[in-house]
Parts: sequence; structure tokens; C-alpha cells
Amino acid sequence: MSDPTLTRGGAPASLIASGPWTAAQSVSLERLAAALPTIDAQRKNVVIDLSRVEHLDTLGAWLLERVIRRYQLQDLKPTLVGVPERFRGLLEKIHDVNRRPPVLQPERNRLAVGLEHIGRATAGLYTDFGYFLAMLGAIGASLGGAVLRPRSLRATSTVYHLYRVGWQAVPIIFLITFLIGGIIAQQGIFHFRKFGADAYVVDMVGILVLREIGVLIVSIMVAGRSGSAYTAELGSMKMREEIDALRTMGRDPVSILVLPRVIALVCALPILTFLGSMAALYGGGLVAWFYGGMSPDIFIARLREAVSVTHFEVGIIKAPFMALVIGTVACSEGFRVKGSAESLGLQTTTSVVKSIFLVIVLDGLFAIFFASIGM
Amino acid sequence: MPDPSQTPAISVRNLTVGFGEKNVLDGLSLDVRRGEILGLVGASGGGKSVLLRTIIGLIPPRQGRIAVMGTETDYGDTAAMQDIGRHWGILFQQGALFSSLTVQQNVQFPMRENLEISPTLLDELATAKLEMVGLSPDDGNKFPSELSGGMTKRAALARALALDPEIVFLDEPTSGLDPISASDFDALISTLQQTLGLTVFMVTHDLDSLNTVCDRVAALSDGKIVEVGPIEQLIGSQHPWVRSYFHNARARTRATPSH
Repeated sequence: MSDPTLTRGGAPASLIASGPWTAAQSVSLERLAAALPTIDAQRKNVVIDLSRVEHLDTLGAWLLERVIRRYQLQDLKPTLVGVPERFRGLLEKIHDVNRRPPVLQPERNRLAVGLEHIGRATAGLYTDFGYFLAMLGAIGASLGGAVLRPRSLRATSTVYHLYRVGWQAVPIIFLITFLIGGIIAQQGIFHFRKFGADAYVVDMVGILVLREIGVLIVSIMVAGRSGSAYTAELGSMKMREEIDALRTMGRDPVSILVLPRVIALVCALPILTFLGSMAALYGGGLVAWFYGGMSPDIFIARLREAVSVTHFEVGIIKAPFMALVIGTVACSEGFRVKGSAESLGLQTTTSVVKSIFLVIVLDGLFAIFFASIGM
Repeated sequence: MPDPSQTPAISVRNLTVGFGEKNVLDGLSLDVRRGEILGLVGASGGGKSVLLRTIIGLIPPRQGRIAVMGTETDYGDTAAMQDIGRHWGILFQQGALFSSLTVQQNVQFPMRENLEISPTLLDELATAKLEMVGLSPDDGNKFPSELSGGMTKRAALARALALDPEIVFLDEPTSGLDPISASDFDALISTLQQTLGLTVFMVTHDLDSLNTVCDRVAALSDGKIVEVGPIEQLIGSQHPWVRSYFHNARARTRATPSH
């Protein structure tokens, strides 16, 4: 295919366009339209002959229009001649577009933009906290309703979610906590051995796992595994207007969608924490046996001396609160999803990051609390 | 070799498409002539969208041949399909606009991917396309979630036209629009078809669209095209399904006022 051209014709102020004026030739066409042949300003009428143009599409038509408008800016009167019939409609259509000058966004000071960003993010913390509290309140209200009228609780849904976030999570929780318990024991033995205190590794593993690590690891795992799923599910329901549909039927989305999920999480997390702690102790025991040379009998005997029910209680009491935080954050972020796929991703990420952060902060607060009451 | 301008825009021969045990399309043949607006009607779930999706290569056929602009399609050959894909633009039923891009960026996306164009020209062309489908340049800065149903269809049409395709597939273009917007949209399709010389393949249930814009109508029933021709021919058809489609109560009440 030949190249498109725009050349001077025989007459003084005439131009001849030829070749294919289509998007496939965009590079050479743009160059043509940029480097216009200069026309003597004395001559008012510029004639552009299109009879030799083979093909014309929107891109070509727009560039022709651009040529015409540039000549008009130079106080010339360009006219098209020899326009093939099949191009006429397109050229007329294109003649009307892009008439309004584009609205330019004013260039803004970078420092101001940065400061505004920080300001908005700080103010956003308050609204975030507000959403969290609102969701917590809504959950509390619908829990109250469920207590007053137990039949209004969605039992099937609750059991189904319990199965998903509890039972189905058991294998991965077992695996991760088992490995973490083993790693803690190995590190303890390795370093304690230097000053002959390797027997105390049992105390360390026992207390650490039961009080802190067990519940923390399990909460973080559940936030990543089930919290993200909650946010994504509720978010896509929001996107597809399912939640609005529920509302118009006079049903409260919180008691139908959120409450079963949160109850399931609150029930599942203590169980998972217990299982996880046991798996971690088991892992620690195995490592102490094979790596530290401490027989299981001795490990169990020492463990009995080292830990008391209090340590176990401290860990397990925290679990339902962690679950409540994870569930509340996950559901409130899910309801904040807007129309786009991007917002779904953003809100899911926010949900996981925020719930892991809050779980750790809550753990710190509990540590202060238990220390002050002497547990 | 036959004159390329005489071959049909789309030629489907003996097409069989199925899922599992069932064949949705069973030995279907259909020609779409160049420069015409063909409307496809059929029962809900009768395979209209399956036919459309098979032609554009989203569903592999079990049997049969499809030629687009005289070129036989080979769905295994990705590069060849991309070349053929340059010939067509598709307006999906829900618009299928990319939700993380603005309308303007949506329209620019195919151009940016396929053509070498400067950013200024890209902006101007996108605005031109938006104005051609009746949107204002300000709408270009909106995100798809901020658009009304009619604006979504228009924006999606602008994206379908981004590469100046020869064939445009429309999947229920007027569904979900009020009658005024629907007839505006029909008029728009008709104008664009004339100005750009498009071939339009339209799946529709809208009897008004069939009456006003379609040059020919094809009726799909039991996996085959049972009747194809101008709307008058279909209204007069003796095929039982086609008869009931055009002569049920809704069709009659809608047809009466225009007489």
C-alpha cells in the first residue's frame, strides 16, 4: 500500500491529498498534518483536493479537520473539493467534534498536593474509626435482636460459615503453628545451650505459645484467609446491588449477612487457637526430642511444671475478641466497596492490613491488662 | 478468486456448538452481507449469544466453518485471530467497560494497544469518538460506575468503534434502556452505520429496533436459522416459532400505533 501524502497542487493555493488516510498509517499521517505546507497569506482560499484519497477513517478524517482548522487560524478559508461520496458523511460528522477547548487542569503545587494527601489521610482515620464503630454497633444491635428472638438468627448460614472458617482452616492452621512451635524450640535450644539453660526451652515454648504466639498466628492467618474472603464476598454483593435488594425487601443486611459470619468467626477462632497451640507445643516437643535430645517424658513433665491454666486462659480469652475485630473490619470494609473492580481489590487489601494491625494492637492492650491484674 | 468486496462480511457454514451432551447450535448457516444491519432474534437461552460469542472466538465450535471478511477463522491461531479481531468491534450486553479506567481511557485502550499515535492525537480522537456517540467530553473523565445505563452503552459503543472496525457486533444494545433512549440509540447506530459504512450484527429482542434499523432479520430456533429476510418477510412467515414471536400480544400491541 502506498503512503498517504499531502502535496501542493498545480494551482498556487491548492493541496492534493492522496493515498490511504487511515489509522494504519498513523505515524506518517501525523507527520503530514504537523508539517503543513505554508500558504501565502494574501490568498484567502485554500483548496484541498481529496479525489485521490483511497481510504478514510476517523483518524484520517480528524487529521484533515485539524489541517482545516489550522489554516482557519491563519485567517485562510480552506475548502475541500473532490470529496468522494462515501467519505462525505464521516467528514461532516467529524467537522462538529472537538469544538470545545479541553478544560485544562491547573498545575498544582507538589508540596500542597502532598500536604493535602497527608491531611486527607489523617481525617480518613477518623472516618475509618467511625465505620468500624458503626459496624460494631450494628452487629451488637442485631445480636441483641437475635437474643430476643432466637428464631431470627440465620442458623444454617452460621453453621455453613463455621464450617468454612473453622473446619476447613484446621489443616493449614495445624501446619503453620506446628512449624512455628518447632522453630521457636530450635532457636531456644540453640541459644540457651550456650549458658546451659536448654532445659528452660520448655518454659519458653510453653508460655510463649499459650499466651501469645498461638492466638496471634491463628488470628493473622484467619484475617488473611477468612477476613479477606468476607470483604470480597460482601464487596461483590454490594457491587451487584444484592445488598440494596435485601434492604428494599425490608431485611437488614447486617443481621442476614454479617451476624452469621461474625458469630462463626467468634466461635471458630478459640477452637482454632486451641488446636494451633497444641500443634505448636507438639512441634516444639518433637524438635526438643530430635534436635535437643530431650525425651518426650521429660518435656511433658517440665511443661506441666512450667505452664499453668492461667497461661492457657490468657491466650484463649483473647481469641473471641480478635475474631470480633477481624469480622467487624472485614464486613465494614466489604460494605465500603464501590462500583469498580479496583475498589474491590483496594478494600480487600485494606481489610487484611487493618485487621492484622488491630489484632496486634489489641494483643498489646491485653498484655498491659493481664499484667496489671496479675495474670 | 472472487472480488473481495462481494464476499459476505461474515459467512457461517454448518456451525455446531454445544456444551456437554447438548448442541445449542446445530448445523447453522448464515451470511451477513457487507454494509447491512442484520438483526438476530431467537428465544431466550436459544443460542443467540452463543452464536455471537462463537463468531468472535470466545467459544470454540464443534463443527463448521466461519469466515470473516473472506478470511477463514482459525481459533487455534492467536496471531491470526488478533488480525481478524481488528476488523470488528463488540458492544457487550453489560458494556464490559474496564471499571478501573475512565471512559476516555477505555476508548483509548484499543488505540493505544494497536496504533502508534501521539498522546495529543489520542486525546482528540477519543473525544471525537465520544462526541460521535453523543457523549460530552466531560463524560470522558467519569468512571464506568458513575454512568447511567444509556451512557454505558454509548461509551461501550465508542470503545467498540475505536479502531474503525468494519463489523460491529451488538449484543442486545437497547435492553435496559427506556423507549426514548432506545430509539435514540437505534438512530445513532443507523447514522454511524451510514457514515462509517459499518456492517452491523445485532442480537436484539426490541421489535422497534427490528422495524426501524435492521435491513434484514434472522430468526434462530432449535439451533438453526429458520428464516432470514426483511422484517415483512418474517412477519409473514409460516414457521410456527417465528409466527408466535411476531404475532403474540406484545408484538401486536406495539405494532398497531404505527399503522
